[in-house]
Amino acid sequence: MAEIVALGIDVGSRSMELVALDAQAAVVDSARLPTTFHPVAQLAALLAGRTAPMVTATGYGRELVAQVVPAAVATITEITAYALGAAVCAPKARTILDIGGQDTKAIRLDAAGQVLKFEMNDRCAAGTGKFLEHMATVFQIPVEEFGVFALGGQEGVRINAMCTVFAETEATSLMAQGHRPEDIALALHASVCQRTASMLGRVGLTPPLLFAGGVARNPCMVRLVEKFTGVSPIIPKDPDTVGALGAAHHAWRRWASSARSAS
Amino acid sequence: MQHDAYRAMWERLDLDLPAHDGLLQVLGKFYGDIYMSQQGRLQGMEYLDFVLSEVHGLRIQELQEAKAQGRKVIGTFCVFVPEEITLAAGAIHVGLCAGAEAGTELAEQLVPRNTCALIKSFIGFKLARLCPFTQSCDLVVGETTCDGKKKAYEAFAEHVPMLVLEVPQQKQSCDRELWKAEVLRYKAEVEALTGQTITAQSLAAAIRTVNARRRVLQRLGALRAASPAPISGRDALLINQVSFYDDPVRFAGAISTLCDQMEARVAAGEGVAPADTPRLVLSGCPMAVPNWKLPYVVESAGAVIVGEESCIGTRNTRDLVDESGTTVEEMIDAIVDRYLRIDCACFTPNSERMDNVVDLARAQKADGVLQYTLLFCQPYGHESMKLARRLEAEGIPSLAIETDYSMEDVEQLKTRVEAFVEMLRSRRG
Repeated sequence: MAEIVALGIDVGSRSMELVALDAQAAVVDSARLPTTFHPVAQLAALLAGRTAPMVTATGYGRELVAQVVPAAVATITEITAYALGAAVCAPKARTILDIGGQDTKAIRLDAAGQVLKFEMNDRCAAGTGKFLEHMATVFQIPVEEFGVFALGGQEGVRINAMCTVFAETEATSLMAQGHRPEDIALALHASVCQRTASMLGRVGLTPPLLFAGGVARNPCMVRLVEKFTGVSPIIPKDPDTVGALGAAHHAWRRWASSARSAS
Repeated sequence: MQHDAYRAMWERLDLDLPAHDGLLQVLGKFYGDIYMSQQGRLQGMEYLDFVLSEVHGLRIQELQEAKAQGRKVIGTFCVFVPEEITLAAGAIHVGLCAGAEAGTELAEQLVPRNTCALIKSFIGFKLARLCPFTQSCDLVVGETTCDGKKKAYEAFAEHVPMLVLEVPQQKQSCDRELWKAEVLRYKAEVEALTGQTITAQSLAAAIRTVNARRRVLQRLGALRAASPAPISGRDALLINQVSFYDDPVRFAGAISTLCDQMEARVAAGEGVAPADTPRLVLSGCPMAVPNWKLPYVVESAGAVIVGEESCIGTRNTRDLVDESGTTVEEMIDAIVDRYLRIDCACFTPNSERMDNVVDLARAQKADGVLQYTLLFCQPYGHESMKLARRLEAEGIPSLAIETDYSMEDVEQLKTRVEAFVEMLRSRRG
């Protein structure tokens, strides 16, 4: 394997990702693990002895990385990391939507890929991956299949509550009324998407739109984002690792400029 | 803090002593973490450290001594209560505790849960018997600046002697008439309370005293336009906060000395942060002592705050009362006009506030505006959306934060604020 010169690590609330770059800024390695309640131990497992001259951490656990990595660690926020990641995997994107485990972010970029404006959900996890995960559990369906299941639903049922607990109450009363579970699942996806669309509206959605984060793997969400915004989103090959990829490029730039000043 | 010397006084004021000890301990630690850890602080801030350490001690003792001599203490929650009239009648004017989570459960028995933290705080402080200022008051003056406060004062009136002034919601001539009638009603109430008749001489002196304090705070604000910033936003906020508690003449003297030090620092090109530090103006809801959460998050994220567009900030200090009046009638008119220039979000349409924020951001050479709205504050919540559009049109980046007094959202706030600071840095290139 080529020599790793830069590592990007994204410590999210649900999962952590790692991306390694070589001197040509090509991705030479990547890894992913759940965050759990023992993030430092998980980080050590994620790194598995890997190190690099430059490491950049992002995500809500970004400050933890310095405890595990021997090299000097720079930290950037997820907003900057996603903008940098988008510049690599979808260079023309002017808006990023990231729906992760606990956060939903909408970011608008200028033509040069710089952040112009961003919005994040508040401390409540409604409208995030966590919400869908919880609802999938209620439906006793693996979260990976929940989107496909919801695609089989028909419109006509509405979920109004924005709170996870209240939404569950609404879902169960809809079931008691005899609605098809697929239709209720579709309505739950639509309630998440409604919030997402208004967040995108507030930042001033400008296409092309990059849809990143674990929830971009959910086909029902992708279809609904397109329906609610009128914009067909770009889904990166690996939507979970856009933040880690951005962090890795941040580290790579630092490596390149230090290599230049050394020579 | 020399707590032991004050225990008898606190007991007489019917404070819940163990809970109050707990509060002072938390406050002391919080202050240490947020204030004493700062590098390159101005020497003059020692005065503020002292005043704050004695805010429940020496200052309360002063109030008790004044009361023993027959003076009255009037407590307020809002910059709309005309302090000139209080002082002209020989009374003492103080802001009341409303900046920390205290007695929340008790407060929620009097007001709905979806009430802002500031209102819950002042009710909680009273019900939990934690605020020696409230306990010292001969009169508490409320105002109708928002529905939350308006209705909360009805409940509060069962616990303190309460007077509510009606603040109009527009600024037309009939509104001015209403407000003038309210100012005159306040004058009559204060005269009745103190047994002193306000004269042209006492009112003129009071106007000069309050204006002098506003002028020194204006001077402080103007010095913060310098780059690098000569004082941290936290310290400047503290100065504004203390202006509501301290004796106005003594305070103006101490801050004037501090401004001299700042002037020397600016002349030497020195500051509390490097010249390339992103500069932010805070805008929105008031930050009462000890609500330092957001400024601390901002300045820990590598930015510096260079202005507060807030009731505890420029909304309180921007306008002076015209000093040219010679009769009580003329001076009352000048007071009425000055207070009606306040750009509180309770007014509609209040477009002057949009202009004032833009002007302040430009004057302070700010890179961006951080809008701060208390959760459940409708007036500022609405204006936050309007202001965001205006700032965007002016090419001034802004970020809106909605929060309360709890510490549970600090990590989320950090991410937002740090991302905003990163964005401003990358724009500077």
